[in-house]
Amino acid sequence: MHVAILGNGVTGVSAALRLRARRPDWRITLVSGESTHHYSRPALMYVFMGHMRYRDTKPFEDSFWGEQRLELVRAWVTRIDLEKKRLVLHGKPPLAWDKLLLATGSKPNRFGWPGQDLEGVQGLWGLADLKTLHDSCARAREAVIVGGGLIGVELAEMLHSRGLGVTFLVRESSYWNNVLPAEESAMVGREIRAHGVGLRLATQLQSIEDDGRGRAAAVRTDQGERIPCQIVGLTPGVSPNIDLVKESAIPCARGILVDRHLRTRVPDVFAAGDCAEIERPGEKSLVQQVWYTGKQQGELVAEVIAGQEREYEPGVWFNSAKFFDLEYQTYGRVNRNVPGEASLYWEHAGGKKSVRIVHVGGKVIGGNVMGVRWRHAVCERWIEEGRGLAHVLPRIGEASFDPELFARHEQEIAAAFARQGAA
Amino acid sequence: MALDAKTLAHDFDEEALGFDAPARAAPERRTALHRVAAALMALGALAFVLFTTGLDLGGGWSALAATLGLATLGACLWFYVDFKDTAPGIRHDDTFFRGIQNRNLLGWALGLALTGFYVVLYFQPQLEKLGFPAVLERPARLCDPLARLFSGQDADRWFLYGLLYTLAVWVFGLRMFLKYRHNRYQQVRTASVMFFQLGFALVLPNVLKGLNQPEYYLTYFWPLKSWYGEPDGVHHFWTSGTLGMGLILFGALMILVATPLLTWRFGKRWYCSWVCGCGGLAETLGDPFRQQSSKTRASWKVERWMVHCVLVFVTLSTGLLWLNSWRRGEFLGAWSNPFSLTYGFLVGAIFSGVVGVGFYPLMGGRVWCRFGCPQAAILGILQRAFSRFRITTNGGQCMSCGNCSTYCEMGIDVRAYAQQGRNIVRASCVGCGVCAAVCPRGVLKLENGLPGDRFEGAGNPWSVLVESLRRTEGPGYRSWVGSGSAAPSRSDLA
Repeated sequence: MHVAILGNGVTGVSAALRLRARRPDWRITLVSGESTHHYSRPALMYVFMGHMRYRDTKPFEDSFWGEQRLELVRAWVTRIDLEKKRLVLHGKPPLAWDKLLLATGSKPNRFGWPGQDLEGVQGLWGLADLKTLHDSCARAREAVIVGGGLIGVELAEMLHSRGLGVTFLVRESSYWNNVLPAEESAMVGREIRAHGVGLRLATQLQSIEDDGRGRAAAVRTDQGERIPCQIVGLTPGVSPNIDLVKESAIPCARGILVDRHLRTRVPDVFAAGDCAEIERPGEKSLVQQVWYTGKQQGELVAEVIAGQEREYEPGVWFNSAKFFDLEYQTYGRVNRNVPGEASLYWEHAGGKKSVRIVHVGGKVIGGNVMGVRWRHAVCERWIEEGRGLAHVLPRIGEASFDPELFARHEQEIAAAFARQGAA
Repeated sequence: MALDAKTLAHDFDEEALGFDAPARAAPERRTALHRVAAALMALGALAFVLFTTGLDLGGGWSALAATLGLATLGACLWFYVDFKDTAPGIRHDDTFFRGIQNRNLLGWALGLALTGFYVVLYFQPQLEKLGFPAVLERPARLCDPLARLFSGQDADRWFLYGLLYTLAVWVFGLRMFLKYRHNRYQQVRTASVMFFQLGFALVLPNVLKGLNQPEYYLTYFWPLKSWYGEPDGVHHFWTSGTLGMGLILFGALMILVATPLLTWRFGKRWYCSWVCGCGGLAETLGDPFRQQSSKTRASWKVERWMVHCVLVFVTLSTGLLWLNSWRRGEFLGAWSNPFSLTYGFLVGAIFSGVVGVGFYPLMGGRVWCRFGCPQAAILGILQRAFSRFRITTNGGQCMSCGNCSTYCEMGIDVRAYAQQGRNIVRASCVGCGVCAAVCPRGVLKLENGLPGDRFEGAGNPWSVLVESLRRTEGPGYRSWVGSGSAAPSRSDLA
């Protein structure tokens, strides 16, 4: 039995490892055109800023793959041949498979802005982008980032670390406010500005000007502003990377359509991670595009490929990020327009720490923390068990995950929540 | 075709991405204050060289102030200026672009200079016999006023060494305070090593010396300071009065009672990154180089064998010396003296000094602690076997970025555990807390929890030692890959 996995990101690798554990005798091959070895994509920014080297972003030593008998093929796939069950590779002989896992991830969105193909205009997706950005920095003094999400802030921080003047265009009236509630969104906005990045809210990109030699020279915004820049970072979100798959007979919509077992409609072909769109009878289909879901889906699809009847059940949601120096963690449902949703919110006087507990009629459904760390296991348990405020509030200390000796704020938080009527 | 020609043509070696010395839009800011700081350091260094070659700087305090005083002031000012306009937070930008922190020519030169200093310090008498001048004699005169203040006696080269060591811990300790001004754990820990270095490694031993009492370092015990536990050392303290006898008792209590107790409660960090002088220097002067420690599985294996061999070696040699003493010298005969010196020379001088500090810029600040320290070996076995200490991994929040592993000075591949949702229970972890500080996702926390929650660990100390020597796998997925057993991955819970 030979399982080919297209993509060596976290989904593909999680699947490969789990499958190796389940099926010690199967042949497993990971195919990627981007890099020979798996690396941590979220760590790209740290390579650029000099916190780490590329080799430090690899979660496994190079010898690990051979020891686990996981074959690595470094090649771009140009066609998925379903009839002959093989992958056609660029510059290499085709790779035959018995089962195929598609873990192609996401690709950056592009909205057809005038000038988006100029030199100096780019997204941040992979190693090649990092190299391009590095080279562009050699002749750049100013940069404009477009798009108010997580990658945008990363890109702003990266370019800021190289001494560029950075302007950040955000379409919404407040940073990432489709995910963050107003207070947290404002806090991140303050953090971005505190680092000297020019944050332009409620501002959209109209066009990118050519300097006459095919390079970016400035952007024009819908507010009539012209901002000179030599680098334009486009980060208006990502969508499933399915260009290759769409050319095959594998049905796709937003992503590659899969059932709850992460099987596509073609026998022996599976999809997981950012590229998959999970159809759920009676519910909205699901496209999840964060690290953790990629890992979970990868591990689950490996069980299915190995013959287990397992269904993907998205558990209690969690995620985290860091905006410059501001850490953010979220658990459960926050700001999701759940009917009856209400929240208790505490913010530290310094304006760099906050705790939010979201509840529906007293039943806790989620929470956000900024500038403090909370314990995943505790938050997950509270939400899974459907605990009420009466249970959670006296136990907030249990959730703290801040380092030892750090200032604790439990009493202050309790007092603030009591004032908001949670007593 | 879904892939454009550009992508298909794209062919580079990601291993050689070439991110060295990036072009900068604005060069790194060097303000007037930077220049003042550099000038002060240069002046101090110049005065030091001139004084060493015989220039009269007025003697007494003025000479000390003009040399080490100016240089220290300059260094403190440099770090202050460097950090004062930065936002509090992890500032590791450019760490791998700066050559001196990245084993370039400057890094090697610094390593060579430190190594050279230790060679001169330890082997001055031998070098003199070979015709080399006693270069540390003049600089030692600089310290006379300070030495007289503590002990009423003139300084020797060991006092000079103690003073330089303490200055390094304090100046780079100040740097740690500035760098981690958002992190109370780092501040308190740094204050602790600064306090123990000044009080217990510089002032107290010299004051004791002045009172005609044994020059005892309360922060070192057998086996790290093996002489304290050898017949010769014990005899020395035993015959030097009541205090000396008290110190023998103190040393015995520390190693037999306090060490297991404190290690059970807090992990080996109570000593290695809060009290110990070697650790103190590593945590301060060594901090800029921590990313140079090797994280490979091979280096882990070398570490386990080497550090435990040193422990066996020092235990055996101490035992033999006692046997010999009991048999009134018949056992080792003429060999007893050279035998006693072997540990002192090989381990004490070469390993802990010349290699331990000399290799800071090349292999990070913990070369000695990781590969050579017998004290660390004992503490490690205790920590692994039954301590409450562990680094807790926060559920499934790890995204494998590798900051933790990169900045682990002990060369632990922290990420290998964190990405599996496993707690980190490793003999070598000194609990410096930097992995938790640099983690951008709040995944790691040093804790003294209940022993049962450690996930891994336990066993008796002997089996821990044996397992450590026999183990061949790395930390990555050994619990299930290969065995085909069910995988207890934390992310299964979601």
